[in-house]
Amino acid sequence: MTPVWEIAALSLKVSLWAVACSLPVGIACAWVLARCRFPGKILLDGLVHLPLVTPPVVVGYLLLIVLGRNGWLGRLFHDWFGITFTFTWKGAAVAAAVMAFPLMVRAIRLGIESVDRRLEEAARTLGATPARSLFTVTLPLAAPGLLTGTLLAFARCLGEFGATITFVSNVPGQTRTLPLAIYTLLQTPEGETAAAWLAGVSLALAIVALAGSELAARAVRKRLN
Amino acid sequence: MLKIDARRKLADFEWRVRLEIRPGITALFGQSGAGKTSLVNMVAGLLTPDEGEIAIGGTCVFSRREGVNLPPERRPVGVVFQDGRLFPHLSVRGNLQYGRRGGARSAPTLEEVVELLELEALLGRRPMSLSGGEQQRVAIGRALLTAPDVLLLDEPLAGLDGERRGEVLGFLERLKRDSDRVIVYVTHRIEEVVRLADRLVLIDRGVIRSSGELQDLLGRPELQASIGQQSAGALLRCRIEHIDDGDGLSRLSCSGHTLLLPRLDLQSGSEGVAPSSRAGRPRSQGADVVLQVRAGDVSLSLEPPRQSSVLNVMSGMVERVVQEDGALADVVVNVGQTLWARVTRRSVRELGLSTGVRVYATIKAASLYSAN
Repeated sequence: MTPVWEIAALSLKVSLWAVACSLPVGIACAWVLARCRFPGKILLDGLVHLPLVTPPVVVGYLLLIVLGRNGWLGRLFHDWFGITFTFTWKGAAVAAAVMAFPLMVRAIRLGIESVDRRLEEAARTLGATPARSLFTVTLPLAAPGLLTGTLLAFARCLGEFGATITFVSNVPGQTRTLPLAIYTLLQTPEGETAAAWLAGVSLALAIVALAGSELAARAVRKRLN
Repeated sequence: MLKIDARRKLADFEWRVRLEIRPGITALFGQSGAGKTSLVNMVAGLLTPDEGEIAIGGTCVFSRREGVNLPPERRPVGVVFQDGRLFPHLSVRGNLQYGRRGGARSAPTLEEVVELLELEALLGRRPMSLSGGEQQRVAIGRALLTAPDVLLLDEPLAGLDGERRGEVLGFLERLKRDSDRVIVYVTHRIEEVVRLADRLVLIDRGVIRSSGELQDLLGRPELQASIGQQSAGALLRCRIEHIDDGDGLSRLSCSGHTLLLPRLDLQSGSEGVAPSSRAGRPRSQGADVVLQVRAGDVSLSLEPPRQSSVLNVMSGMVERVVQEDGALADVVVNVGQTLWARVTRRSVRELGLSTGVRVYATIKAASLYSAN
């Protein structure tokens, strides 16, 4: 069995990459959903929320079809960027990101919606382009929502199981994150002690993340008031 | 020069304005819901007219026909909103420095604006910790720093109490020095109009009722009508004869009448004006002032009163009597200018007040103050 710290490090790596790469997309989606009106908005809204209501195994299966070795997008990534998702930690990160995406977007969207649009108008009359207004007024004021969204997504990534095991299997050192390792150990005779250790590590990581985000949220609120 | 010729369908009426506004302070006056803020938003680019054109200093910023509609950030327009709209996450300094626009007009430096509006002590603070008056001063400074050709002030004093209003008014008067900028001052308070504005535009239900030099419009019935009788009463144009006529009184002439009132240069004004702003008000001999005379402070008699404590007596002719429900009536008296007197219906009956009757209007010196 791989050492505990290696499994924890892999889990962290997968989750951090998943959150870091999906955050810009999540912000863009949240902004579009919060501020724009266009036909088909309800479709986008539904698509974003799909992973929340679909069985994770189904999401993993769909990822396999699209991003797998023979999937059209998977082949594209392989041929153009040399990135393979199947059986690699990158694939695990994609699975985690997709599963966490609805939570992230929901929280950020609420944050953006809570920002007074009249402040954005004021920024425009002061010469700010829409982009500048977004980055200097909207997003700073939506910081609490951004923070919550990021944390929720991160926690969801750490706990991801079903989509990951379906999409990229259970490869030690590549896709065997904490939940998968715990599952594997429980299937092994006399693996229970190690599983308990890993469960403890999972719990500790969750608590640290929660505490960190609470501290950050306090700092943000202090800045805004 | 700001040129507006535009239309837009609003919730309950059609907004249809044709207007040219020259540099200087123009008051846009009307009741709430008259379409004042719509004008501000259309000029600033926050609201799109259905049809028409808007041009600023020869540059077209909106034209339906030519398909021009510059976004707010590309219009040389600064806006001071009723609710300030300071950015809560930035300090006062951050708010002031937020604006940027490469216009033709050279922008004032931060130091100049800070000095003009006395913001030095506030620079490091957060908007939330400022009083309403201080917030509006910062908002004015923030707009000025973008060097706009057109400055729109949308009821900047509406959210403030009397004292704060006076304080900010004093600072707004300093904008008068800037004579080559178009400043549109939106308000529904006539006191602010007479104190700040050079010109006046009356708007009602999306239509301009009249516009012109303030002095010419003051006595006009449509203005009186839109002010409402009790809020302001009459405005009298007077000339200062003597700033100190002895006994601490100033002597003014008004359409051939003489009026005495407590020394104008010592008056703190109707709004509790901050000391710093007094210097800017015309207080010298020969200067024109506008007096505000509340209808309730005017009493009427059929003969000139003798042995009375009242110093000011103006003879005139009753123009009409506006009977109201209840015990009171408003009497419109022509004393060379229009004066409103609020009296009881019993007095109207007992004195036989009706159109054409000669009356003497008496006004206590202590109740007079200058509106500008």
